[in-house]
Amino acid sequence: MAKVLVVTSGKGGVGKTTSTAALGATLAQMGEKVVVVDFDVGLRNLDLILGAERRVVFDFINVVQGVANLSQALIRDKRLENLWLLPASQTRDKDALTEEGVSKIVAELRTKFDWIICDSPAGIERGATLAMRYADEAVIVTNPEVSSVRDSDRIIGMLDSKTVKAEQGEQVQKHLLVTRFDTARAARGEMLSIDDVLEILATPLLGIIPESQDVLRASNVGSPVTLNDARSAPARAYIDAARRLMGETVPMMVPVARKGLMDRLLGRRAA
Amino acid sequence: MDAMARPKRKPVRMRGRSYVAFVFCPAVPILGWLEEIDTTLRQSPGFFVGKPVVLDLSAVDLSCNAIAQLIASLEQRNIRILGIEGVDAARLDPSMPPLLTGGRNCMLSSSEPKKRESRSKPSSLLLDGQVRSGQSIVFPEGDVTVVGSVSSGAEIVAGGSIHIYGTLRGRAMAGINGNPAARIYCQKIEAELLAIDGYYRTAEEIDARLCDRPTQVWLEGDIVHITPLN
Repeated sequence: MAKVLVVTSGKGGVGKTTSTAALGATLAQMGEKVVVVDFDVGLRNLDLILGAERRVVFDFINVVQGVANLSQALIRDKRLENLWLLPASQTRDKDALTEEGVSKIVAELRTKFDWIICDSPAGIERGATLAMRYADEAVIVTNPEVSSVRDSDRIIGMLDSKTVKAEQGEQVQKHLLVTRFDTARAARGEMLSIDDVLEILATPLLGIIPESQDVLRASNVGSPVTLNDARSAPARAYIDAARRLMGETVPMMVPVARKGLMDRLLGRRAA
Repeated sequence: MDAMARPKRKPVRMRGRSYVAFVFCPAVPILGWLEEIDTTLRQSPGFFVGKPVVLDLSAVDLSCNAIAQLIASLEQRNIRILGIEGVDAARLDPSMPPLLTGGRNCMLSSSEPKKRESRSKPSSLLLDGQVRSGQSIVFPEGDVTVVGSVSSGAEIVAGGSIHIYGTLRGRAMAGINGNPAARIYCQKIEAELLAIDGYYRTAEEIDARLCDRPTQVWLEGDIVHITPLN
């Protein structure tokens, strides 16, 4: 039974695309057949993060308009044979997306894949609403700061009212993914705590991804962070999150700052 | 000097009033039509008693005599004719009911009292769960109860009081239809705006010491009071 999962946030720059690539790659490594769909028409990035930018020929809009068929537009990942990408158009704007077009493509993808992961654009306009429209489950990506949390709250409200599931009286299953969690700043009380975020959003936690240079390093070489260095802290957190998506029970760890020996000797705080 | 004042003429006061009348449209053969009337009367004998009845003769072509007979046979059945329409005035004689014009059709409504409808309208609204940022709950009919929190950027607008069994982080406006007795209750207060009957307080004016405890907001004169509940 295919699952449509939307990765969304409301706010920009919180890590939707990074999370889409990391979760998609991990699920594919676990043997699931996965397609990641870029809904950010005009500002696509998912192809870069997956290192597929030089292989894009046809895109989502071409398929919607019947210029190409779906199999021509799907790009298979070079490292993982179970992972596919449906890129967005970079030259169009979001008005080129239509509800019928998205509906048709999602229905076709459902017959071919186990997971359809939709990378939503920021905002609450057409692109974002269409990305969540047909979702069965949602990952809400939030940074532990007030503006991001409030935007996520707005998005959760839309997931509960604007999706096909909501209109049929069902619920989109929601998961909260806290990203860019800075252990040092959390220790100093400069960020919202996980408890604060959970209390405001009242949504089950899928994972906590620590802020890390590894994320930037991976995207620079066009690789999901979980593939680039599977033992890095963010990669391990994403792998745990993907296992929870598959229904496994994995204990949740709140990342803590690790102080080096020199820091301890000198009484310095980890920066 | 003439001490006699002429008695003033009192004008006759007249008022208009309208009634709903049954309109009978006799059809040929008249005898057959009368039998139908009889059938109706047998089923509910008092059906036409005390009701104004008008005879519409436009469907039949009756002489003056025939009209008189028809009226007589209706009178035998205790149906009295208030007026006649749809016939040339020349065919009526002065003893008959007057000719009417300008009638308008209307729906005959059953006279049963409608009690149910007014009762079914709810005077309170219960929301089971969070009210999220950007959502606006407007309920001018009465009280709103939220089993959950109201997020920052959400708003509750109620004609009556507002009860929140979670944290109020958004805006709450109670008594919007001019009800100064409305109040706002919440488990925890971090509100952006509180208003009762148009008088409001912004977040800056809420005492920080009130956070994290059950709170009541009420109006006295034109002052919004925010007090702990215990």
